[in-house]
Amino acid sequence: MNRTKIAVIGGGPAGLAAAIEAKKAGEDSILVLERDRCLGGILNQCIHNGFGLHTFKEELTGPEYAQRFIDQVRELEIPCRLGTMVMSIAMAEDGSSDKIVTYLNHEEGLVQLRAEAVILAMGCRERPRGALNIPGFRPAGIYTAGTAQKLVNIDGFMPGRSVVILGSGDIGLIMARRMTLEGAKVQAVAELMPYSGGLKRNIVQCLDDFGIPLKLSHTVVNIEGKERVKAVTIAKVDERNKPIPGTEERFECDTLLLSCGLLPENELTSGLGAVISPVTRGPEVNESLETSIPGVFACGNVLHVHDLVDFVSQEAAQAGRNAARFVQGQAGETPTPDIRVTAENGVRYTVPEIINPGRMEDTLTLRFRVGAVYQDIYESVYVNDRRILHRKKKIAAPGEMETVVIKKDSFDQAGEVKSITVRLEEE
Amino acid sequence: MEKRELTCIGCPMGCQITVTLEDGEVKSVEGNTCLKGDKYARAEVTNPVRVVTSSVPAVGGEIGQVSVKTAGDIPKGCIFDVMEALRAVSVQAPVRIGDVVLADVCGTGVDVIATKNVELKAR
Repeated sequence: MNRTKIAVIGGGPAGLAAAIEAKKAGEDSILVLERDRCLGGILNQCIHNGFGLHTFKEELTGPEYAQRFIDQVRELEIPCRLGTMVMSIAMAEDGSSDKIVTYLNHEEGLVQLRAEAVILAMGCRERPRGALNIPGFRPAGIYTAGTAQKLVNIDGFMPGRSVVILGSGDIGLIMARRMTLEGAKVQAVAELMPYSGGLKRNIVQCLDDFGIPLKLSHTVVNIEGKERVKAVTIAKVDERNKPIPGTEERFECDTLLLSCGLLPENELTSGLGAVISPVTRGPEVNESLETSIPGVFACGNVLHVHDLVDFVSQEAAQAGRNAARFVQGQAGETPTPDIRVTAENGVRYTVPEIINPGRMEDTLTLRFRVGAVYQDIYESVYVNDRRILHRKKKIAAPGEMETVVIKKDSFDQAGEVKSITVRLEEE
Repeated sequence: MEKRELTCIGCPMGCQITVTLEDGEVKSVEGNTCLKGDKYARAEVTNPVRVVTSSVPAVGGEIGQVSVKTAGDIPKGCIFDVMEALRAVSVQAPVRIGDVVLADVCGTGVDVIATKNVELKAR
């Protein structure tokens, strides 16, 4: 059986940053397994700019951002297997904490790889039509926004000429601009919620710049066309998301793009038996970004869906460091009990979900999302009854991930840690 | 007197800003709640600029398209001219990030450069 110390599942932004950091932490035995024929993951098709402002202090396009990490992987001589599909991850049957990664590719066939640690970095996928319950026919011309993005940017193929977009996630907004620049007519973007899930910058620069209307609180109520999309009808919805009769608006078009959310891709994680959060749909992790299975770490969109790749890179680097520490036997025993972080009062979830104060580094980044749009709100972190962080935010919205950094010494002052709570407060 | 309505992109607030112009000169900026908004609004009404990104065919490449961008800001009004100019462009693989794909696009003084490495297709 082949062996490696650390197996990294996925060669996108998360997998690359994790592998680089594990190598820098002194771990030489690393193998990156990537399904596609090239590294870089989704960044390859994200040809727009705006990546890397936090990491490199300049605005890069997706492929440029990816290349900076690919170059480092090459310089550090980290081996990568491309065109490689991981079929399963399972615990070794000899009672050790090793994992058996089963993968498949053209050169080696079916391979079983024994790894001491695994970093999950499989990313996410788009919610497809089948998961949306849109009424109407099922003709050609209905794509997820990301599929259309790959067709236009990588394959040089325009999927349609006259377009309606459902969902105002960032990929949908980016594709509204991209299709317009390539000569298509984008007639409207319909969004079920009363606010957009996309970044403000994208609404202005992808829709407003081109006069594309954003229809908030609207959804698709009919798709016409037997062979090919002929028309799409949208309608306004009430506060319970039910279409309001009489508000229908019909657009003759040949294409409907769907940008209705991203789902972490965790089939391998579930197969391994790791605990999955019902909120993030990613594995639950502790302060080391380790899942409920010791030695299995997670980062990037497979853990929870991010808005900015810079934060993926940061998170993945932490996972890589901790995986290296694990295989080098430095993870240490668990000195204090695990504490489950309580997310309440507008905070939908936190990552990590579990903190062991004894294993915390000097600072810990807590990422979370809020459940609605809040103005002039305070983000607070409590240890027991003591408030250790209180920060004013002019605005917090579901479309933008929130980040707070908590310090280990503020824990020390609180005495024995019994609870950790993250909540929004009005004052 | 001309009034222009803008949505600020400085943060998720997205303040609705009204700029009043007289003879192309900014007389007032209202609706913003911070300095970032004031700065954005003034730049946006006097000299709006964008970076344009697209992709062009990469002849003989392992993938068919190479992504490109304007190496710097171009006037917002030139976006469709740049796209039109790019329609006539293709490059020969291999291509490296930073290679000039189209120099001085539309007389803006800005080059269009490759943003992706595309290797020659293996035989």
